[in-house]
Formats: sequence, C-alpha cells, structure tokens
Amino acid sequence: MSFPWANEYKPSNPLMRYLDEKLPLPRFVYNAVGAGYPVPRNLNYFWNFGVLAGVALMVQIVTGVVLAMHFAAESTVAFSSVEHIMRDVNAGWFLRYAHANGASMFFIVVYIHIFRGLFYGSYKPPREMVWHLGLVIFLLMMATAFMGYVLPWGQMSFWGAKVITGLFGAIPLVGEPIQTWLLGGFAPDNAALNRFFSLHFLLPFVILGVIILHVWALHIPGSSNPTGVEVKSEQDTVPFHPYYTAKDGVGVAAFFLLFALLVFFGPNFLGEPDNYIPANPLATPANIVPEWYFWPFYAILRAFTVDFLFIPAKLLGVLAMFAAILLLFFLPWLDTSAVRSGHYRPLFRKFFWFGLIPTIAILGYCGGSHATDGIVLVSQFAAAYYFAHFLIILPIISRVETTKPLPTSITEAVLGTAPGATLQPAE
Amino acid sequence: MIRIGAFLVGLFFSGWLLISAAMGAFAFVTSPTAPTAEHEFHKTPKAVEYSFDGPAGKFDRAQLQRGLQIFREVCSACHSLKYVSFRDFKALGYNDGQVKTIAQTWPTETPSINPETGEAATRKPTPADKVPSPYPNEVAARAANNNALPPDLSLMAKARHGGPAYIYSLLTGYQAPPAELKEKFPASMPGKTTHYNPYFANLNLAMPAPLTTEGQVTYGEGAPKPTVDQMAKDVSAFLTWTAEPKLENRKRAGTAAVIFLLIFLGLCVGAYKNVWADKKAHA
Repeated sequence: MSFPWANEYKPSNPLMRYLDEKLPLPRFVYNAVGAGYPVPRNLNYFWNFGVLAGVALMVQIVTGVVLAMHFAAESTVAFSSVEHIMRDVNAGWFLRYAHANGASMFFIVVYIHIFRGLFYGSYKPPREMVWHLGLVIFLLMMATAFMGYVLPWGQMSFWGAKVITGLFGAIPLVGEPIQTWLLGGFAPDNAALNRFFSLHFLLPFVILGVIILHVWALHIPGSSNPTGVEVKSEQDTVPFHPYYTAKDGVGVAAFFLLFALLVFFGPNFLGEPDNYIPANPLATPANIVPEWYFWPFYAILRAFTVDFLFIPAKLLGVLAMFAAILLLFFLPWLDTSAVRSGHYRPLFRKFFWFGLIPTIAILGYCGGSHATDGIVLVSQFAAAYYFAHFLIILPIISRVETTKPLPTSITEAVLGTAPGATLQPAE
Repeated sequence: MIRIGAFLVGLFFSGWLLISAAMGAFAFVTSPTAPTAEHEFHKTPKAVEYSFDGPAGKFDRAQLQRGLQIFREVCSACHSLKYVSFRDFKALGYNDGQVKTIAQTWPTETPSINPETGEAATRKPTPADKVPSPYPNEVAARAANNNALPPDLSLMAKARHGGPAYIYSLLTGYQAPPAELKEKFPASMPGKTTHYNPYFANLNLAMPAPLTTEGQVTYGEGAPKPTVDQMAKDVSAFLTWTAEPKLENRKRAGTAAVIFLLIFLGLCVGAYKNVWADKKAHA
C-alpha cells in the first residue's frame, strides 16, 4: 500500500506517541487522509466529490439520529409526529428539512462522483474493486433513501412503497409471496412502516462500513487522476494533508452553501406536495412519482409497454431497471481501452457528452413527468440508447478508437512545456 | 464471453424498446388517445403576490389576523385545522389574553370527559388545545357533506402544486361551466352536489363557493375592503402560515447561514491558495 516516499507518522507529542504504541489509530488516520497519503498533484475539483459524499452521509446520520428521537414509527401517528417535529420540537423544522434535502444533496454529490468515475475511467484496473464497492454503496443508498421516504407516511410515501414493493410482485410464481413477506402484509401498513424505520436506521451504518472498504481498496493503488497516467515518481504527488484537505475545504464550503440555499429558501422545491397529505389507501394520487434521484430508473421501468412472448412488460421493465444499475458492475470488462481518461479518447468523449449525459437527463425528465404517450415514446428511445451505450457502443469504441498520445508523466501534464503553466490540468 | 453476453443483453433491451416505441407510435397514429376534459379545461393557478414571497419575505400580521377571522367565520364550519394550537396564534400578533379569548369563543368545543360521570362531553378550548374539528369523526363529516370529506386545512398550502396561489385561485375560480364543456364532455358537467371550478384537479368539487359576496366577513377598522378577492388572498396567506409557521425563522436563519458560509468559503479559498502557493510557483 502507498508509495515508498510517503511521509511516515512521527508523533512528537508524548501522548500521541503513547497512543500510537498502544493502538496506532492516529497513524491509521495519518496514512489514510493525512500527510502520509501521497496523492497525484493534478486532481481537479471533480475529485472533491468523494469527500463531499462522506460529509453528506455524516449530515444524514447526525440529523437522522436526532429526528429518530422525536419520530413515532406507527402508522396512525407517524404523519402527525412529523408535524410535531415541524412545529413543536426546537429547530425541528431545520432538522427535518436538512435531512430531507440532505438526501438530495447526497445523491447530487454521488451522481457527480459516479460520472467523474465514468469519464476518467476510474473503474479500470487496478481500481475495479473500488468501483464495485462504490456501486454497492450506491445500491444501499437507494434502498435507504426509498425507506426513509416512506416514514412520514404521506400519500407519496404509501403509494411509493406500494409501487416499489410491487416490483417484486412482478417476479413469476414467487413474486406475490415475496411482496407480502417484504411488507409484512398485503399492502403497506404498520408492519411495513416499522421494518422500514428499523432498516432505515441500520443501513447508513452499513454504508459507513462499505465506505471504509471503498477507501481501503482505493489506498492500495492510490487515487487516479485526470490524465489517467499512473504515478511514477515523488514529483507526481503531494501529501493529502495539507494540499487536498485545503482543496476539499473549498468543496465543503461550496457544498454547504448550496445546501443552505435549499434548506432555508426552497425546502420543498425538490419534494412532492402530495406527501403533505396523510397516507390514504383508498385514494390513489393522480401521478405517483418517486423522488428526483430515482427518475431515470423510473423512466426505464415505465418504458417497457409491450410483452415479449411469455414475459409480461412489467417484468421486463423491472429486469431492465435493475439491469441498468447492475450493468455498471461489468464496466471494467466492457471498456477494454488501455487509456483511462476520457481526455485522450476523442470518440469515447463524444459519446459521453453527446450521448450518455443527455440521455440520462432526458430519462430523468421523463421519469418525473406524467406518463403520457409522448413521454413514454421519448423514454423508450432514451432507454434504448442507455443500454446500447454501455453494452454495445462502449466495447466497440474501445476497439476502434485511436487515442491521443498520453503525457509521459503527471508532472509533465501539469507543468507542460510552457513556463508559467498553472497546476490545474487542462480543462 | 462477458462482452458477447453484454452485447446480446444490450441488443435485446434496446431492440425491444425500439420495437415497443414503433408499436406505440403506430397505435398513437392509428388510434390517438382522446383528450380528457381535465386536459382541456383545467387551469394552472393564477399569479398572486404575497408579502412572504422571496428570500426576505415576511408575513403581514394584519393579513394573517384577517385570514384567521375568515377561517373562523367561514371555513371552520366544515374544515378542521388539527395541527395548529391556539397558543400558536400568538405568532399572529395577539397577546396571551386575546389568545385565551379566541380559544374560549371558538365556534366548536374540545372533546373531553365529564369528570362526574365519565361520559363523553365537550368543554371550552384553552390556549394549549389544538383547534377543535367541526365534526366528531369522519363519518359525521361525510354525513353532513353529501358523503364528501372536507380535508384538514393545516397543511393545504404545502399539499397542492402552487400552494397559496392554488387556494386563492380555487376560492375565486368558481364559475358556470362553459358551454363547450357540455358539448364535448357532458360526463364532466357538475352534478347535483358538485360545483364547477377549473382550478380543481377534476373540474368539479363538492364544496360550494365559500366566499360569495363582498362584506361576507366584517373586517375591523383600517382593513381593506372585504371583497371576495381580498378575502381569498387573506385566507390563503393565513393557510400558508398554518402550513409553514416557521417560515420567518427559516428565512432569517438562512440569511445568517448564507452570509456565514460565504465568509467561510472565502477563507477556504484563501487557505487553499496559500497552501498550494509553493506548488504553483514551481510551474
């Protein structure tokens, strides 16, 4: 692990020396996110988002633990206990809005983190394990966010729970028993609410555990960088602290600024008004939509309208929705190009910016809209491109593409040949 | 192997999606879905301005008091306000004594138990009580309203797209159904117990126009004329307060937080430049 020139932890304070002898926790931190971790010197701001995701998780855990002290996970009082938090608990409105919008911030940050990985080829050897653990975190996040959204027991909570657990009902033969088992009943009710609360409290700590594995796996090859060229000498790196702690400070400040604008000036901007109506099993909302971070996947689910032989369209949609995420696990083997960074891959880059990104934006828009004929049609084309992009186009690109020449080292990429070049990489 | 498998899976999903799209487009061309009455006649809320709009907006206390008066004299005949306590009305600018009077003179009483017999009874509300509902339960509410349930209004301003503008538009939007509606969608004409309102999701609602005439509520001195428009504005502002009573605290805290974070961001940028200065000088 790490490079031979990494700084060694040498505590000068006697207490720290004592601690290091008994339990080298300070040394562990020093080597993980301190001066003992050499990092490529050319990271751009897209490399802030890993730390930001960690910050977002911490915000969720802290606000969530306090909210749990005031929330009642019981279907007849859950809704009013949330209103109690909003009206009578000291700063309760702040905690709840911070927690609800904190989930959105967490997803914004994680999506940028994932797209960073996709563009700069962070999933390629030797970092496949980092990528796979990251996807596990993503799946856990989605489950946690979904169950958290059910807790206020509003209309969208109830019908969201019904639709999402209904996906399992699409599985042939065993589907319905599985759905009943998941919910603890034939429809979402107190049993479902209670188990969702329990799991919603548990899963963030599971995520925390997988994050530790994610960072551990990252520290074996070390961080990637925008050129995709491996670190060759000490000149190519700077110690994580103070260089990247300082840079992450800027990212964290910007993160909290955007977060504050949402929480204080548009706390319901990303929410659905229907969730301020108490859950009513007898009244279906006109338009059941999940939170914005699920929209692209929801659009893929709804894009399948025609049965394929004996496979019903609904099951196809469910399979496709899960496949849309699971296919990311195979990326290291689908994209075989030896060049990591999209910077040096002209063809890959075009398909990334003009194919993948607009497609996901369109899918997101369709997933959040009422499913009219036009919307379904557009999402069918977009979903078709999504699967084609990863499963067909990407493997072909990596075979036929002529890549641009790579810089011989990170330092060369940073300093270039022109004197007075700044540290920031191209772009 | 993985790439061949992926290719086949990709071909299947993408291919089937394109075939589905083609079939959908064909069906759309040959037998287009008929437009619905809601699609043609439903209107989005009117544009209204409130004192609490914008990042520095605040409630107009006098307007909230007028809104409470309308709620008490008109809305509370059918609608509950169950998440709001009488003590909360202090935020509208009333003192303790006034709040007590409002509670004790409220049109409905709070359910309680007769201390002598243990039988169900009612008593005058106190400031600590929630605003009592006009009906003892849902069955009674439905029985009194042609089987329609008047919803609780505490959160109405957050529970509909458009918020207060939606409430204002609904209250001022009652009208005779257009002749065109009768021609094209006779099934969407209001029935005996429903009333046409283009701002309501399915065009016809059970509630008759609650604000009908100017001066229906007598405002105190110095207040604007109680036109239907003014009353609708006042009561929608009041219901925004009931839905988001901490709106002013939120915006005030937000202003402080944003100023703090801007300074913090500035310091972080400074620290970042300082730390990296030597690495940049090498260049």
